[in-house]
Amino acid sequence: MNKHHRVPSNRTLSSVEVKSKFGAEFRRFSLDRSKPGRFDEFYGLLQHVHRIPNVDLLVGYADVHGDLLPINNNDNYHKAISVASPLLRLFLQRKEEADYSAFGTDSLTRPKKTVLAAVLLRPDANRKKPPVIISLPRDFRPVSSIIDVDILPETHRRVRLYKHGQEKPLGFYIRDGSSVRVTPQGLEKVPGIFISRMVPGGLAESTGLLAVNDEVLEVNGIEVQGKSLDQVTDMMIANSHNLIVTVKPANQRNNIIRSSGGGGGAASGSSGRSSDSGASFYGYFTPGAAIVTTPAHIIQNFHPEELESDEDEEDLVIEADGEALPIPRAASASCSMPSLPRYEPHLNLRSTANGALASSTGSLSTVSTPDRGLEGRSLEEDGTLITL
Amino acid sequence: PMEFLSLICLFRRHGQESQRERIKQELYGFNKTVEHGFPHQPSALGFSPSLQLLAIGTRSGAIKLYGGPGVEFMGLHDENAAVTQVHFLPHQVSGCSTHVGSTLSHSPFTLATEIIFFGDMAKLSYYKKNTNNCYFIVPEDYGGRRSLEHVESLQENPVNPRQVLIGYGRGLMVIWDLDSQSAVTHIPATQQLESVWWTEDGGHVLSSHSDGSYCRWKVAGDDPQSEQEKSEVPYGHFPCKAISKIIQLPTEQGPPFLFLSGGMPRASYGDRHCISVIHSKTHVALDFTSRIIDFFVIRDGPYHTGEPSALVVLVEEELVVIDLQTEGWPVIQTPYLVPLHCSAITCSHHVSAIPLKLWERVLSAGALQNTHYSKKPWPMTGGQNLAPDPPQRDLLLTGHEDGTVRFWDASGVCLYPMYKLSTAGVFLTDSDPNDNLNQGTEGEWPPFRKVGCFDPYSDDPRLGIQKIHLCKYSGYLTVAGTAGQILVLELNDEAAEQTVEATVADLLQGQEGFRWKGHTRLEVREEPVTFPPGFQPFALVQCQPPAVVTALTLHSEWKLVTFGTSHGFGLYDYQQKNNVLVRCTLNPSDQLAMEGPLSRVKSIKKSLRQSFRRIRRSRVSLRKHHVNNAAKLQQANARLEAELAEMELAPVQRKIEPRSPDDSFTGLVRTLYFADTFISDSSHNTPSLWAGTNGGSVFAYQLRLPPVERRGEDPVTAHPAKEIQLMHRAPVVGILVLDGHGSPLPEPLEVAHDLARSPDMQGSHSLLVISEEQFKVFTLPKVSAKMKLKLTAIDGSRVRRVGVAWFGSTRTDDYGESGLTVLTNQGDLHVVSLPGVKLQVQYPCIRREDVSGIASCVFTKHGQGFYLISPSEFERFSLSARCVVEPRSLVEVSSETPSTTLPRALPDGASVERR
Repeated sequence: MNKHHRVPSNRTLSSVEVKSKFGAEFRRFSLDRSKPGRFDEFYGLLQHVHRIPNVDLLVGYADVHGDLLPINNNDNYHKAISVASPLLRLFLQRKEEADYSAFGTDSLTRPKKTVLAAVLLRPDANRKKPPVIISLPRDFRPVSSIIDVDILPETHRRVRLYKHGQEKPLGFYIRDGSSVRVTPQGLEKVPGIFISRMVPGGLAESTGLLAVNDEVLEVNGIEVQGKSLDQVTDMMIANSHNLIVTVKPANQRNNIIRSSGGGGGAASGSSGRSSDSGASFYGYFTPGAAIVTTPAHIIQNFHPEELESDEDEEDLVIEADGEALPIPRAASASCSMPSLPRYEPHLNLRSTANGALASSTGSLSTVSTPDRGLEGRSLEEDGTLITL
Repeated sequence: PMEFLSLICLFRRHGQESQRERIKQELYGFNKTVEHGFPHQPSALGFSPSLQLLAIGTRSGAIKLYGGPGVEFMGLHDENAAVTQVHFLPHQVSGCSTHVGSTLSHSPFTLATEIIFFGDMAKLSYYKKNTNNCYFIVPEDYGGRRSLEHVESLQENPVNPRQVLIGYGRGLMVIWDLDSQSAVTHIPATQQLESVWWTEDGGHVLSSHSDGSYCRWKVAGDDPQSEQEKSEVPYGHFPCKAISKIIQLPTEQGPPFLFLSGGMPRASYGDRHCISVIHSKTHVALDFTSRIIDFFVIRDGPYHTGEPSALVVLVEEELVVIDLQTEGWPVIQTPYLVPLHCSAITCSHHVSAIPLKLWERVLSAGALQNTHYSKKPWPMTGGQNLAPDPPQRDLLLTGHEDGTVRFWDASGVCLYPMYKLSTAGVFLTDSDPNDNLNQGTEGEWPPFRKVGCFDPYSDDPRLGIQKIHLCKYSGYLTVAGTAGQILVLELNDEAAEQTVEATVADLLQGQEGFRWKGHTRLEVREEPVTFPPGFQPFALVQCQPPAVVTALTLHSEWKLVTFGTSHGFGLYDYQQKNNVLVRCTLNPSDQLAMEGPLSRVKSIKKSLRQSFRRIRRSRVSLRKHHVNNAAKLQQANARLEAELAEMELAPVQRKIEPRSPDDSFTGLVRTLYFADTFISDSSHNTPSLWAGTNGGSVFAYQLRLPPVERRGEDPVTAHPAKEIQLMHRAPVVGILVLDGHGSPLPEPLEVAHDLARSPDMQGSHSLLVISEEQFKVFTLPKVSAKMKLKLTAIDGSRVRRVGVAWFGSTRTDDYGESGLTVLTNQGDLHVVSLPGVKLQVQYPCIRREDVSGIASCVFTKHGQGFYLISPSEFERFSLSARCVVEPRSLVEVSSETPSTTLPRALPDGASVERR
């Protein structure tokens, strides 16, 4: 918290010194702290001073904690200007070459050490940083989360990809391969399924949680051992609306060390609003303090019923008059797997989480672009029809 | 107390579960029961005159035995090695009869496969027939003449079993006396030897040679040097191919029968597969459809030494039996081993429990087609068929590439051809059906006569049959083909001359920007066509674009046919002969759907090239077959290994991406279904049409049919009622409506014929949508999800084939359940209960690599099924514990040898002699 106090003191200076780095080149200029202007003007200025007028840029800055944070709208631009002390260090990347994983906690001070923390725009909960509102929540979307950290072996990672409602492709390929297992008979070479390729700009790549040569161990809780490449492909596609992949990362240096008592490694979901079906508020943790107070396993555990994460609401029926509505579940719903309760994604969160979270979910409902999941729910409740 | 309670619950559930397990055992059981059709790649033929059994060995190591109709046995060698020869050892098992299931494990006879002539040239192994054991005599380096080459042929002296004729490859023949262990006579032929035959009186030896000649030698007592009596090249002057086998059999009066295989003039007819039969002045060159494997002659009389009565020829693709005692030597129709693939099978359709009336009409239509067959009974009579009479009459219909539909009696173990329907006559094709290119004309030499029915070359691939639907109550049949043609046919006992009216269904419905790149529509004959008795077409719909028909259903009560392609679906009223509805399902961005399967000239060229190569290869293999089989196998293995190694270097990868509405072929119609149900309100049931697409869409239409008395005039109308887009967008492969009791709706006319209970219209109906990934039940009329069973998300397998079946209990006759029979892309069979959609049982059935086998699977309504194990063979299986069709055959062997030699259960079923 003491770091936080430094910020206002810096505000006294009237100008901000900017040091902008693009490739190997630096540019220096200054800005008036009181009149920073709009983000797009600033963006134009950067293109001008670097003489790269037609290059799409990803603009990042180093904040007081040494985190690389993005500048992509007025809010975080102003925030960056206001916290500059007094030097604002900018890092420009070509958008197509952008390394999203560079953003995040400690990405500058301790580079490449915590892939876990490298979730795009992940606010760092553990450092008890003040709840810095970088931007409005609607500018973010869930991309991925690491789940079940507390029950999985440290060498494994369970990643949930939120494909739903996004333009981005899932963007990865799998292949056959072989891995070595320790058996009572000694080391044994067994066939396995591996990630073979990442599509640049795809969802999988942008999360930074999956990498080429990671071994796929499970798909939505089901072991892939003994299954063919085509079977695993089909399983993944069948679950693609809510894909949960357990991998053994090829790079084992970034594994979570759990001994830090739920602190260091308690990977939260990425921030932002969830578009998961059934109005999940999963991962909506922008006010980072909420996480610390919530026991990690309640919100992060991977429950088997998540496999049954239901897409029923998403089947569309158009009746004769041409109006469409998502299919509601029949009142007498008896699931084909009756032993499993219906998945109610994290609704418990609202009751168990503290006020900060509750209020933030409240503010969500007023957001102008409605959440698809929410829409589905409200339809289910009041029977409103939507037209395709 | 909580734990205690849950424990009780657990016990209760456990009790229910075990009861359910018991019921399951009474309902379901998996068996592969019998193989129908002709064995793939046969390699050897054997015959036991005393047992009246025929044996066929295959290149994959299978041995199949056939006796009288219904008597079938089969065995498979452990090693996947080709069977090169099959011999029956007579009287090996005496006074002993054994029940044999589908394996040879209790075989009443011993089979010796591969009698190996020792590779060390002049060494000879010979197995002796008269005792229980085989043993070998080896003339050690006979004469020290290594130049003799390998032993080509062995013959026992028919009048003196102590003498053996040994024919060496270079041409020399030696009569070897087993007692004195010395050569009695030398026969100095100079041509490369192919085969030898010792005439029945022991007086002559016939030898056939590689230059197309055969020689007759007189065996004169103890004369060490035999005289050549006659040498002839039957198709002479120009160089001829080898005569690979020669047989001469005497007749009681008059000249003997002479059978020669091969010997054709190399340049003009070197590609023909011929057996020449010469008897007195009659000389016929039987021209077979594929390579000759082997042949034998059946003889009359109690000891099978009398007049030759039938010639049995095994060629690569079929078995042909020629009646030698009827004028003109007609062919005897085979009761089994029928080549299913005489034109490649393109689809199949099974209809259970055919009413007797329809059955008889189909049979009599078929009988008129078979007048050219011999009237003689099937000459093979061995064994007894103990299988009970089939409980019902079942039809299997196979559609073929040449536009024919064949009707098979699939009630029992023998898949018997009943009737053949040809649809080609409706259309103008390149070939004239009347011209028979290969029929020999008067005075032609050699005197060819084409025999056999294997004919894989289709004149026009557009004729290929893709979908079939037969209504067993009304005798209406609809078939649909590769070029978007849908024919509606009715059964007529009289020949009729009629014009077939064509209606075009424009499935694009004005969608702009598409250009069909595939084949053109078939041209319809304008003039009336005479159709023989049987199924006669009276209506034709032609889809535009003329893409392959992917779904087809007939409703004989409503007189409607619905059909679908990759572009949309249509509804046709075959009473008024007009289209009721045409709906385009094509995604505007789907250009791939406009590529016809035959659009690329490249692929045609390629297939032509391949077929030429195949022909060339078969010619080459004809010559070299017996010489370097092993070498070829080795080569093939090496090639395979290299390919495998290559695959490992460049591993296949699969893209992980959810399905998108813009994927190709999302508009392809996979399934069509008629139902009388509650589609728009819960108080009135109406006729409805349901269509499911590759993109996970379901379209439902409410149909309005005029009252019966106005059916001919007032139009049938279809109104869109519902569209469902499944979120997971997997292809919809089946749609089913369940009645108030949760039973599938009966077939059309089934209730009218008192063969099914009326569906329950009191309780609410439900809709079952089967996609490749899951089974999902919705309520009706308001569509809301009720329950589902996921398949792909759980185990990665996908539904390939689905059928509705009724499973009777083995314990009691009056209990049964409906269920879905499902085949997955992994080759597993599942039964899914109805209406609860719960997985009941699961059995592995087909190798998952066997894509064509999986695609060919067809289910019956009583829990059986068929799939192709080769282009020419159906495997029959049963999922039902009650309904099983399997061979039950008995062969009794009587013999003078003592009964000490009981059948031995050998590890691989057959006694395999290998030295």
